[in-house]
Amino acid sequence: MERFTTLHAAAVPFARDNIDTDQILPARFLHMARDADHGACLFRDLRAGPDGTEVADFPLNRPGWRDARIALGGRNFACGSSRENAVWALHGHGIRAVIAPSFGDIFAINAVKNGLLPVVLPAEAVAALMAEAEAHPGAAITIDLAAQTVTAADGTVHPFDIDGFTRHCLLEGVDELAFTLSHAEDIAAFERRMDRGNI
Amino acid sequence: MPDQDAAAPRTMFEKIWDRHRVLERPDGQVLLYVDRHLIHDGSEPAFDMLRRRGLPIRAPERIFATPDHYVPTDTRDVTAIPNPALRAMVESLDRNVAEHGIHMFGLKDEGQGIVHVIGPEQGLTQPGLLMVCPDSHTSTHGAMGALAFGIGMTEVTHVLATQTLWQRKPATMRISVDGPLGAGVTAKDIILHIIATIGAEGAVGHVIEYAGSAIRGLSMEGRLTLCNMSIEAGARAGMVAPDETTFDYLKGRPFAPRGAAWDRSLAQWRRLPSDPDARFDREVAIDATTIAPTITWGNSPQDAVAIDGHIPDPADEGDPERRAAMQDVFVYMGLAPGMAATDLPIDRVFIGSCTNGRIEDLRAAAAIARGRHVAAGVTAWVVPGSAPVKRQAEAEGLDRVFLEAGFDWREAGCSMCLGTNGEIGAPGERIAATSNRNFRGRQGPGVRTHLMSPAMAAAAAVTGRITDVRRLAEA
Ligand code: SF4
Repeated sequence: MERFTTLHAAAVPFARDNIDTDQILPARFLHMARDADHGACLFRDLRAGPDGTEVADFPLNRPGWRDARIALGGRNFACGSSRENAVWALHGHGIRAVIAPSFGDIFAINAVKNGLLPVVLPAEAVAALMAEAEAHPGAAITIDLAAQTVTAADGTVHPFDIDGFTRHCLLEGVDELAFTLSHAEDIAAFERRMDRGNI
Repeated sequence: MPDQDAAAPRTMFEKIWDRHRVLERPDGQVLLYVDRHLIHDGSEPAFDMLRRRGLPIRAPERIFATPDHYVPTDTRDVTAIPNPALRAMVESLDRNVAEHGIHMFGLKDEGQGIVHVIGPEQGLTQPGLLMVCPDSHTSTHGAMGALAFGIGMTEVTHVLATQTLWQRKPATMRISVDGPLGAGVTAKDIILHIIATIGAEGAVGHVIEYAGSAIRGLSMEGRLTLCNMSIEAGARAGMVAPDETTFDYLKGRPFAPRGAAWDRSLAQWRRLPSDPDARFDREVAIDATTIAPTITWGNSPQDAVAIDGHIPDPADEGDPERRAAMQDVFVYMGLAPGMAATDLPIDRVFIGSCTNGRIEDLRAAAAIARGRHVAAGVTAWVVPGSAPVKRQAEAEGLDRVFLEAGFDWREAGCSMCLGTNGEIGAPGERIAATSNRNFRGRQGPGVRTHLMSPAMAAAAAVTGRITDVRRLAEA
């Protein structure tokens, strides 16, 4: 897995609440192989018309945000379908972190397993970051995972929480599976207890 | 781990959680053992990740597979799928189950169907089990007192390799629905009403337990519909305590325990319901008498309104950001502020999905369709949730009722719930659907989806517009 340490980049705002993963990656792209270009399909039906013409005022099409590597989302960002492909689409486009007041549970779990950092900040802090992004499109903000802070372009520092082990995996670029496999004997012991009816 | 603090009152969720704990990490995440892992024809990326790492599957006997997301519903012939990329999805599942010796309900098998329909139907879903599946509506299985939730592909890979999953313990929430249900009010109306009440993020981070007299009074199938849509309120899972309704449903099903094993299981299952003094992190009370047949008008399942009500007016929304979002939805959905819910003409009807594709759903729809005809210009599909549902419906003559009324009678699969098999609506079409998501483009780019119960969808089909089913039922 790709490491995540610090990120200094433009933040693109998606101001709506309850943006679902069907918007982030429409279902007709779900059959694409893991290593296909999911980034090209990110927000496909909001970003472009049926004939592929760009929707001019969609945030990703606006100057300053085309190459944003951080997304700002509304409440319950990426709710709905469990499709991990939504993470692959954001990641494929170059986005490495999403900051929102809350996330769809499954998305947030999928994200960290792919080196995409979901940052939960209070709604007012996200609103302030969005307002700043709108006022200065393309202005960079900084996420420091080790310090667990987001620093706005104006210097305001917002601390955030994250599970310790998840943070460790992201900082080191290691995934959980290897760790779990190192506990195979605990799993086997559990299975033996279960077989004996002790569970 | 044997119940170490059996003395402290616990919720049903906590009892199941405690029984499946293998390990705890310093950051508080717990490694849970997975009893049953359901997979479908969208699961290839997980097998691919496993192959690339050269890892074996730890417990193939705990995995059950069926093709549903990519299968056509006009034929059972895989080779007839014209799009090679979609055909490859179905074929990849065949290959993966053959290679690993996984139990498969194949396309031509008599048990095939939507993964969340066949779990309960086959008796694979049982009280107290921990179940996962790469589909967010895995919450369905909680209706039988299981702890069941949807996972992503990396997690599927993890479960394939270790039969376990790391989870942070969710909070608990009890939603009590008490009182008698009005005429025409079904489990679908209850859950749409609940989501409208608590919001699409109302249960994020929580496991919901549904309780109260209105829930106890639901059939097993109604409870499955209810728990199915828990995810639309953001919940990690939804559950109903097992009772005689559950046991009666389960007894005699192919994978249910038998004989002495049944008696042993039954004794265990009776201890599962939440202890009387158990505390929930949140409690919500709903008066069942306030629930009417309900439809959705917008692009979130929380945008629900009683059928005799009116669609809201964005001008009444005080927050400018929300007002702009709502105006956007009005444009997409082709709505006028304040219009009556019954003012909406429809182009298509989809009766099916893991939410409402079971036999009771088809009976309810057929009761409205009987002796009537699909309105001119409307295309109406009935897609059974599984092959057994289809056979049962045919044995009861429901297929004849639908066909004579001008509905299409199709093979089992997810079909227009998601449209990954290519079955989608045309841009601008308005669809009355019994599925679970009205997201923008869910049933095809530009398609407008209104969610409702099977009887309401049938009523829309025969009148050509969104209709109060109570008016037809009386007629
Ligand atoms: S019917 Fe819809 S929600 Fe259910 S499993 Fe299929 S795609 Fe998922």
